[in-house]
Amino acid sequence: MAITKYMGTETEFGISVVGRPDFNPVLASSMVVNAYASDGRHRARWNYEEESPLRDARGFVQEGAQEAPVEDEVGLANSILTNGARFYVDHAHPEYSSPECSNPRDAVVWDKAGERILDVAARRAAQLLAADQGKPGRLVISKNNTDGKGVAYGMHENYVVDRRVPFGEIVRQITPFFVSRQIMVGAGRIGNEFDLADVPYQLSQRADFFEVEVGLETTLKRPIVNTRDEPHADPERFRRLHVIIGDANMSETCTYLKLGATALVLAMIEDGVLPDAPAIAQPVKALHAVSHDLSCQRTVSLKDGRAITPIELQWHYLEQGQKYAEQRDVPDWAGELLATWERILVGLERDPMSLEREVDWVTKYRLVQRYRERDGLDWDADKLKLIDVQYHDVRTDAGLYNKLLSTGRVDRLVREDEVRAAMDTPPADTRAWFRGRCLEKYRDAVTAAGWDSIIFDVGRETLQRVPMMDPGRGGRDATEPLIARCETAADLLDALQR
Amino acid sequence: MSDAGQVRRQRTKQEEEVEETAETTTEAVDTSDVDDLLDEIDEVLEENAEEFVKNYVQKGGE
Repeated sequence: MAITKYMGTETEFGISVVGRPDFNPVLASSMVVNAYASDGRHRARWNYEEESPLRDARGFVQEGAQEAPVEDEVGLANSILTNGARFYVDHAHPEYSSPECSNPRDAVVWDKAGERILDVAARRAAQLLAADQGKPGRLVISKNNTDGKGVAYGMHENYVVDRRVPFGEIVRQITPFFVSRQIMVGAGRIGNEFDLADVPYQLSQRADFFEVEVGLETTLKRPIVNTRDEPHADPERFRRLHVIIGDANMSETCTYLKLGATALVLAMIEDGVLPDAPAIAQPVKALHAVSHDLSCQRTVSLKDGRAITPIELQWHYLEQGQKYAEQRDVPDWAGELLATWERILVGLERDPMSLEREVDWVTKYRLVQRYRERDGLDWDADKLKLIDVQYHDVRTDAGLYNKLLSTGRVDRLVREDEVRAAMDTPPADTRAWFRGRCLEKYRDAVTAAGWDSIIFDVGRETLQRVPMMDPGRGGRDATEPLIARCETAADLLDALQR
Repeated sequence: MSDAGQVRRQRTKQEEEVEETAETTTEAVDTSDVDDLLDEIDEVLEENAEEFVKNYVQKGGE
């Protein structure tokens, strides 16, 4: 049986200081992150010891690659939250990396919690801006992936995969899935990166920015399958598949489906039950073409000369998933996930516009179309470009998606009280519980923490490191009784050693 | 596609027909909700679209 697909999202948010276009975005991002973390308590440092973003899953370490592995050297804000997440500045964006979750529904809850955290943080940081200039400041934080001016930033997904699965097998089987899943989970955008007059709107924010099939880079020559090999766990047992192809979603259904369907496909690959996926002749070209076709009916060419629609490609994976769920031991969330997957595919087949309440690219497209009709606007109108950005604004009262949500025009999948609770509570069934609770209870004694360890300083001769090499170990049931009875970090360390 | 694909296509066609007949009975078009929606969005939309779009410039990431 496939190992549990622990999963999570990392989102780089767009940031803009209203009325001050020259304001340094790195500084603005730092202000946002610091504003959230400034509760006057001691701050634990992020531990980079186990990070090696240049290690390639194909078995080598890349030299002279484009990525700076450590961004801490300029003292950028970098914090660990009590919900187990990491909140920091990456390049010129505030980034929220959710805690590890054991299922796609939890992943939605903690992904949404990230939006709320950014909303709170930006409001606090705006007060500092005001103090700085003597007039009210305002920060716009958007959960999108492009400014519409040729620049892209990321939303990455992570999945724990069994180390024994050959990486080449993952690449071969998952590429057609990644090329086609955007029809269900694209966030939509106005315009394209190729000056195509007949593509005024497309399904995906990010598709146009991908140039190669497989590779290590994330900022240049973006690959459909990213090969970064940083397990953040026992490297003998686990691989972490770092997925960079997706859009950041506002829609809860989209985030749920994006993570759940991908996790299920990975589980099938791991269990060796997935028959060969139809091999796409030119995956990068197909990725762009699928994103550019709002009907979702245009075909892409396969290596064997046949042609196939992206909907048919998704049916291939879905039908295998249904068979898998009937015949094998699958996670208990699989049934509901498969039902949602089928419902969305049937909707796309019938009429993509019927998914207005659930799929981001459709919701936004319908909104833009209504403005075009009412105001007689051309596709290059600034008002439409504004809508394209403000749809993703994280403000609960002024983001357009959130406005549609509060007026009952889009569907919810999780409850707001769960999302609010997840802002400072970790998922109960992963190691994020131990990380978050230690941060909460023993903050003064935690000098550093990372995904797979916490380092304590309890005034002894050496620092003490508690490794957490399995994402599934360290949950509430296993650790809370211990945390409850240990008053201090020193007590905890002693108890762990016994 | 495989045989399974063919079976599936027939099934969804049937579903389509059922849904289409259901739709024709409820096709009373009411545009007031759309008007309300746009009015509500207008209330929160940034006032100066041109300036906002001009200033919305991001640096690359990832």
